[in-house]
Amino acid sequence: MKSSPTIAPRPGHILHRFANPGRFLRLASVVQPWLTGVTLVLVVIGLGWGLFIAPEDRFQHDAMRIIYVHVPAAWLASAGYFGLALCSALSLVWRHKLADLAAAEISPVGAAITTLALASGSIWGKPMWGAWWVWDARLTSVLVLFFLYLGHIALVRAFDDPERGQRAGAILALVGVVNLPIIKFSVDWWNTLHQPASITLTGASMDKGILWPLLISMLGFSLGFAALVMARLRAAVMEWRIRSLLLARTREHR
Amino acid sequence: MTHLPYIAAAYGLTVLVIGGLVTSTWRRLRAARARLAALDPRK
Repeated sequence: MKSSPTIAPRPGHILHRFANPGRFLRLASVVQPWLTGVTLVLVVIGLGWGLFIAPEDRFQHDAMRIIYVHVPAAWLASAGYFGLALCSALSLVWRHKLADLAAAEISPVGAAITTLALASGSIWGKPMWGAWWVWDARLTSVLVLFFLYLGHIALVRAFDDPERGQRAGAILALVGVVNLPIIKFSVDWWNTLHQPASITLTGASMDKGILWPLLISMLGFSLGFAALVMARLRAAVMEWRIRSLLLARTREHR
Repeated sequence: MTHLPYIAAAYGLTVLVIGGLVTSTWRRLRAARARLAALDPRK
């Protein structure tokens, strides 16, 4: 007896399956409350621990507590842009509607988080460096990242034909990826006022009492970013359906 | 020198930015859900 042939699913097929807007809405409505709940718990624990329990730094004293909002925001500014570039690549290669919508929703959240990273860094810089801003390689490359986000927001909405805007935005997002390693390695390649990385793949150069609340905050902020983008994407998919329904009704009445 | 005003400013700004994002997203999602339900009661 012949056994029926099994065909391994190709990566593109799996992506198409999960990129179905209806399936996404059903899945997201289940995941969203859990993601939001875990985010709230982690952010409250991380920031509460960091503000009230974690020890102060020997040199920076209490000002170091800004790390618990600055580092998660700075990490997400870059990670969010990586997500934007990934969606842009999926959009250009497979023409996924969901990837287009996701890219358009990531950039405003990414721009807001980058603003937070820049502003909290500036607030931290004043008591530590004596200046709100310096044209240091790290700060300047993050400012460039902020302008890339703004460029993407503007470009996606600049055309009458949304598909042209999404394609132009996707190209800009992919070109801008070159800025991510510049941000990461700016503190190693140039002599910067900004300190080098304290957390690397090989370990961390900080006290565990500071490290743990920081890691919890970073995880909480990351899940919060995902929850926000997911909620905005749900709204975008619904708005897209509303436009399609209205368009279909207009055609029926003609 | 006390750093309390800087810490308060950084955390206050975080609450403002995140709070603004959450509020705008929640209002948009609620409006889209209501409009879609009105147009297509099956959803």
